[in-house]
Amino acid sequence: MVTITAEPAAGEEISRRRPRRPRARSRGSRIAYVYILPFFVVFAAFSVYPWLDTAWVSLHDVRLSTYDQQTWVGLANYRNLLTNSFFWNAFRNTVTIGIISAVPQLCIALGIAHLLNHKLRGRTFFRVALLMPYATSLAAATVIFIELFDPRTGLIDWALHALHLPRVDWQGSKWPAQFAISSIVMWRWTGYNALIFLAGLQAVDQELYAAAAVDGAGKWAQFRHVTLPGLRPTIIFAIVVSTIGSAQLFGEPLLYSPQHLPDGGTQGQYQTLGLLMYQQGWANDRLGLASATAWTMFVIILLAVLVNLLIARRRQRRA
Amino acid sequence: MRLRGTRRRTAASMLALVTAGALSLAGCGSSSDNTSDSAGGGASASAGPCGTTKPTTLTVGLYGTFGFKENGLWDAYKKVCPNITIKEDDVEQSADYWTKLKTRLASGSGLDDVQGIEIGFVGDVLANHADQFVNWQTVPNAAADKAEFYPWKWNMATTADGKDTVGLGTDTGPQSICYRADLFKQAGLPTDTATLTKDFSTWDGLLNLGKQYEASKTKPEGSSFIDSVNSIFNAAVYQGTEAYDDDSGQPDVANSDGVKNAWKIATEAAQDKISAGLAQWGPDWNKAFSSGTFAALACPTWMMGYIQGQAGDAGSGKWAVSPVMPGGASNWGGSWLGVPKASKNQPAAIALVEWLSNKGNQVTMWTSPSQGGHWPSNSQAAADPSVSGATSTYFSGDPIGQIYSKIANQMKIPPIGQYDTQIQSDINTQLTNVETKGTSPSSAWSAALNAIKQVTG
Repeated sequence: MVTITAEPAAGEEISRRRPRRPRARSRGSRIAYVYILPFFVVFAAFSVYPWLDTAWVSLHDVRLSTYDQQTWVGLANYRNLLTNSFFWNAFRNTVTIGIISAVPQLCIALGIAHLLNHKLRGRTFFRVALLMPYATSLAAATVIFIELFDPRTGLIDWALHALHLPRVDWQGSKWPAQFAISSIVMWRWTGYNALIFLAGLQAVDQELYAAAAVDGAGKWAQFRHVTLPGLRPTIIFAIVVSTIGSAQLFGEPLLYSPQHLPDGGTQGQYQTLGLLMYQQGWANDRLGLASATAWTMFVIILLAVLVNLLIARRRQRRA
Repeated sequence: MRLRGTRRRTAASMLALVTAGALSLAGCGSSSDNTSDSAGGGASASAGPCGTTKPTTLTVGLYGTFGFKENGLWDAYKKVCPNITIKEDDVEQSADYWTKLKTRLASGSGLDDVQGIEIGFVGDVLANHADQFVNWQTVPNAAADKAEFYPWKWNMATTADGKDTVGLGTDTGPQSICYRADLFKQAGLPTDTATLTKDFSTWDGLLNLGKQYEASKTKPEGSSFIDSVNSIFNAAVYQGTEAYDDDSGQPDVANSDGVKNAWKIATEAAQDKISAGLAQWGPDWNKAFSSGTFAALACPTWMMGYIQGQAGDAGSGKWAVSPVMPGGASNWGGSWLGVPKASKNQPAAIALVEWLSNKGNQVTMWTSPSQGGHWPSNSQAAADPSVSGATSTYFSGDPIGQIYSKIANQMKIPPIGQYDTQIQSDINTQLTNVETKGTSPSSAWSAALNAIKQVTG
């Protein structure tokens, strides 16, 4: 659509050699609005409207069963949330599971991408293999991991036992449970991130490596001084996406619970914000409080992404 | 191509927003109109025993295993009313079913012609949705319908003002203890009726049997006496004058005699270490029915169906039912069938529900060979000799009819409320912490109250 509407105008402008007039573009622009309208209609119906409605509901005392009886409570739900031990527990769990899963995941992905960027026998096979976990259904993957981490019959505890190490309660103890969930996340997303990094790597000018090699840089020095700076935008993208993903973590901990309950273990040891929101809304029937949690999560994600970007920008300036 | 001019962009997105808003409003509006229209339908007696003479498909929304299909009732109804086709709309877990039903009640659309109502959420239905269900006190056969049921069963599905009854009863859950007779024998515990009648008559007696089992040198390795202390709690809590709620149906957990007593017995059982500490309804618990990880559990009649489902044919003759219930006769569970006013086939749906809950069919539900432990809520059915005379080969030939009818006739029923399911689940979680993590009962208790407050607000 760009070519059809914009090109004659552009040709005209070049021949006359004078700045574009806004009016000359408005007809094309109007057609463009028609083209993008379907997206924005869907966006408005499934994103903007739910956002606004959620905000509205979060200011009311609402139960699912009595949805038509909403009582205005102002910011009481937010006050309740911020003074609520369940919220802070879920917040801490979300942060720790996010860190345990995202940091190793991105580092490993970077390493794999670096390796796969070399000429390697069976490179396509490895690249496809990397994407397999991502293409596997979350439920199927989690079921396998539950079996692996089963405290009675799991392969991992069996191996620990064989090595004369103490058995670990992967379900009931806080850190092992969080680690187990992080491992599911890592398993699923490392390959995906590696491919993103690989795409970024292939955009890095190969002559820079040659030049660095001529200057006497070894593999590690090349990685640090050519690969990393070249990949910066890609890395920032991956970090931002992982941050958003971590903050919304829901399916893995829900399915990891033996009865698929949203309470994140009997002591809430792996309840994330996503699970808490679900529990408040669907198990406890309190839609107002759940909506407040949803909006608080939204703000937390915005803040986390902003912090990411600020750090990235500052480093960029320094570099 | 770059778009300049923010004003136009704003206008476009506003337009999109308004369109979406209008669409969704229109959606809600029309559906609630339908509800009020069809509410005036009412039943007409002239259409015959099937409610209608036209070919009609009735959708029936159920959860878990109601057993109508399994016990041949749908086939039987086809003979009574050949013009009626029945379509089951099943959800496995009652909690998921309830979420779905709530959403449909709130929007007033998508409801089935007949909806199952469980004891766990009948309180909510009565408090918030009674006007959306056909009132069984105003149907043509109201008086005859009412006369069939245990009065408490009828009252449980009736609003506090006594004016509105939302469902007719299906099964109820008089409880006893189910135990593995083979494991009892192996561990040297008594299995004869006379001794068990004495030992199982009190909770202390049950705890003593448990200690005896744990101390036995001949019991199978890795086997515990009871499945979970929650088994004890969930059974004992209904033995108080209150369970989770006061007379007005408001949550009253901290003051309830039933909760306090059940908590005391359950935490004692945890400290006696007589429990396998399995999460009820979890995968490990399910497996344990056949593996023998535990030897006994609280056993409302419907649990007999669950045991047979999990342990399979291999468990036949190994299981048995205690002749008495420790701590007194009580009920756990049960359901009703209601007809939403939104149903377009109200007379036919009412006729079907009346037929399903009549004496003959409730007798069939209990006595049929593939029965799942559906104890009648129809008191005439419960009094039928074939019901009270039933024995079960699966349960070692025990006189299950006689055992449960005695319990059913003595049951005291505490008031129910809107949040019973969630409250019980929060307490069970904390009892699991006491028995598997060594959490002190007092800190588990305050954690439970804290979690319950998240539900009740």
